[in-house]
Amino acid sequence: MRCKRCTEPAIIEIRRHRTSFCSECFLHHCREQVRRAIDKHRMIAPDERVLVAISGGKDSLALWDILLDLDYEADGVYLGLGIDDYSKRSQSFAERYADTRGAKLHIVDIPAEHGFGIPDAARATKRVPCSACGLSKRHLLNRAAIDGGYDVLATGHNLDDEAAVLFGNVLQWHVDYLARQRPMLPATDGFARRVKPLIRMGEREMAAYCVVKRIDYIVEECPMAAGNRHLRYKEVLNQIEERTPGAKATFYLQFLNEMLPHLDQVAAEERSMVGACSRCGAPSSQEICAFCKLVEKVG
Amino acid sequence: MHLHNPKRDVEVSGPLRVNDLVSQLGLSREAVLVIRGDSLVTGDAKLDDHDDIEIRPVISGGAQPRSARGARP
Repeated sequence: MRCKRCTEPAIIEIRRHRTSFCSECFLHHCREQVRRAIDKHRMIAPDERVLVAISGGKDSLALWDILLDLDYEADGVYLGLGIDDYSKRSQSFAERYADTRGAKLHIVDIPAEHGFGIPDAARATKRVPCSACGLSKRHLLNRAAIDGGYDVLATGHNLDDEAAVLFGNVLQWHVDYLARQRPMLPATDGFARRVKPLIRMGEREMAAYCVVKRIDYIVEECPMAAGNRHLRYKEVLNQIEERTPGAKATFYLQFLNEMLPHLDQVAAEERSMVGACSRCGAPSSQEICAFCKLVEKVG
Repeated sequence: MHLHNPKRDVEVSGPLRVNDLVSQLGLSREAVLVIRGDSLVTGDAKLDDHDDIEIRPVISGGAQPRSARGARP
């Protein structure tokens, strides 16, 4: 198979684009797709400071790498989740990458700063670990962006992540969640702007990007995520994609184009209901925010 | 053929195309990358008996239930 752009031997085929690329043209393709997402959704202006949420996995490290290659001023933030050996190893991949690129990485360690890890939180709340993990990440990453004076917080959610989330939200017709599932959430009182520059990139492409760029990342899945509902949705969507290449991209990108504009009013109403947490001052629609409630429960 | 991630030896005789190997192992082409030595290979590449192959899973999905819906704290 040959690269469709330069005719050198190909290293990857991307069935939904009916194309294949050599290493160099593949990297060009990745940068262009990210640039296109950033421009279309007005995610980041050229002179803005970006904080990239780094997990040590392929998506976040690839995102950081692409943003640096595109000349953005991008620092990283790693959240230590207290998931034993997995967290230690993830952190070492994040630190190693930062060292290699000479980039700045902030570390926020939840057990050291708040006295609990995600497994403790899951036990205390009697809910799946991903629930406590998700709400802790949203709260602490936002705080890191605000406290650090960054203009924007970037996360490594890719096309597969977003399609799986959309699938779950549609299955249950969570209209308020659908209204919020945007590639760019603008800054509001207490919230940094939040962007997902990888929405045009498949999960497989992000792993391939790391292989081609020789970026070491933690390949194993988080041990707490086993059986996660979104992993099952991804399997289902991949079965559809196998038969109909491009199905995932059409599902998600057409949602953005065709459906989301009809939900602007729902999103605006929800934003207007957000106040401040009476304990930590973080934005919240409740008197006490979900993270403060979690800290109270685990403590 | 030696396969990594997870590490195991499987009896698959070459020459064999990458897509056929992935399907023989019951995997989705969307969910894995095939790496020979340290290079990616496309689905039509032919693999030989002596090749050292990594079939790397690419699916990840932690912390999704609420963050995934775009909820804010």
